[in-house]
Amino acid sequence: MTAERIVWLKRAVFAACLLPLAALVTATLRHALGANPIAAVEHSTGRWTLVLLLVTLSVTPVRKLTGAYWLLRFRRMFGLYAFFYACLHVLAYVVLDQFFDWAAIGHDIITVSYMIVGVASFVLMIPLALTANNGMVRRLGAKRWQGLHRLVYVIAIGGVLHWLWLVKLDRTQPDLYGAILAVLLGFRVIAALRGFARRIPSGRAPRLPADGTQ
Amino acid sequence: MSNSKLPQIRPSEITDEAVYHSRRRFLATVSAAAATSLLVTDRSVAESAPDLPALPPARPSRFSTKVRPTSYRDITHYNNFYEFATDKYSPATLAASLVTRPWTVAVDGAVKQPRTYGIEELIHQNPLEDRVYRFRCVEGWSMVIPWVGFPLSRLIRQAQPTGNAKYVKFTTLYNPREMPNQRSDILRWPYVEGLRMDEAMHPLTILAVGLYGRVLPNQDGAPVRLVVPWKYGFKSIKSIVRISFVEEQPLTTWMRAVPSEYGFYSNVNPNDDHTPWSQERERRIGDFFKRPTQLFNGYGDQVAQLYRGMDLNKYY
Repeated sequence: MTAERIVWLKRAVFAACLLPLAALVTATLRHALGANPIAAVEHSTGRWTLVLLLVTLSVTPVRKLTGAYWLLRFRRMFGLYAFFYACLHVLAYVVLDQFFDWAAIGHDIITVSYMIVGVASFVLMIPLALTANNGMVRRLGAKRWQGLHRLVYVIAIGGVLHWLWLVKLDRTQPDLYGAILAVLLGFRVIAALRGFARRIPSGRAPRLPADGTQ
Repeated sequence: MSNSKLPQIRPSEITDEAVYHSRRRFLATVSAAAATSLLVTDRSVAESAPDLPALPPARPSRFSTKVRPTSYRDITHYNNFYEFATDKYSPATLAASLVTRPWTVAVDGAVKQPRTYGIEELIHQNPLEDRVYRFRCVEGWSMVIPWVGFPLSRLIRQAQPTGNAKYVKFTTLYNPREMPNQRSDILRWPYVEGLRMDEAMHPLTILAVGLYGRVLPNQDGAPVRLVVPWKYGFKSIKSIVRISFVEEQPLTTWMRAVPSEYGFYSNVNPNDDHTPWSQERERRIGDFFKRPTQLFNGYGDQVAQLYRGMDLNKYY
């Protein structure tokens, strides 16, 4: 993958990530969001937040499995787009759904379990979005920066629970997202365990191939 | 005439739409109170699906709200009908597979006169009324729906319940070929609902056979459904094939599915905290701002006495 190709691919991915928003705007203008357009906007922005979070989390596993290291150059964009759709989701709730009824919003946040976990996940996204630049990586140091950004695991779990807890009965969709998240997190657990096993001093360990395969 | 099948009504039997409207306008001049609701119906019939057969003329009802009804389009394209799908958009198309003629409703159990009614009998042997009711879904949205129907109490009186009849149990059709999502185990099929005898006898409780002056569209529970306007929408069971009078409180479908969230009574209650979401407010479909939800969906004057002395949070 040449540097020039990556630049072009980045532009394409940047535009592609705006398509869900474009579709939503078009449907709104065409009055095609159905009988409950506000709920439709909330569901769409929420779903895309979760999709982009899962895409962000799949960069590392795919990179390690395929050796396509250039994928790492796209992770920040996916993460920031997840935050972008999360902002639209929160905005839809505050402006369209509740119309700045702060008393009702506050009541929701402290009494409704899926709201608590949803708000917590969103708030945790803010420091990650603010530090998603090379300057902050330098300032924090790679190790601390990476530690902070591991919060994305908690955020994604919270996002799935937020959806799972609000459905009335049919859990098919949130279950599917939860299963994908479990696979992505499971990959990291296994990778960490194997890395840990490799670090255990033993006579044979140093002879293992460097990438951990046998 | 009374036993003629609906699709076979001769053109001469159907009131011409213009005559229908002019009759409406004439009646509208009779009383100012009636005028509002009739003109509303006037506007609305023009908006309803012309391919569905019109019903015999219906009388206005004092129980109708004067509020402008939700559009025919929204009432018929935002439906919870789990026999077809768990989303609210696809029943409008999927419900086309439901065959509603011929259709029978068995009335049985603890009654002196058990019998089976054909749908045409129900439509033609009961005086139909326009009942414009508020409709509140447990999900937090609401509509105003111009039903056409008759009081359930009429049918109950004909059946002559015995002393053992304490509850009425309603059952929806079970036919996975016509209701494809009955092949899934998302709920226990067939759908079952129930009312206490006094709730079933209440004048607000109706069997609806129509919407906006025409027969019910399939996705709204054709050909006959229950409407209990002071309870959450899922109590108003659709596409009924059996009405049984029983001694024990029926185990309803949603009670069986999630007993901690859905109880037998399921009266609309803004202070209800059994569902994961709040019931304090609702969005009326078509509105931007939410509105406060009223106890018993605003029908407290008529029905509150049914629950005197009962703890509504215990009997949810």
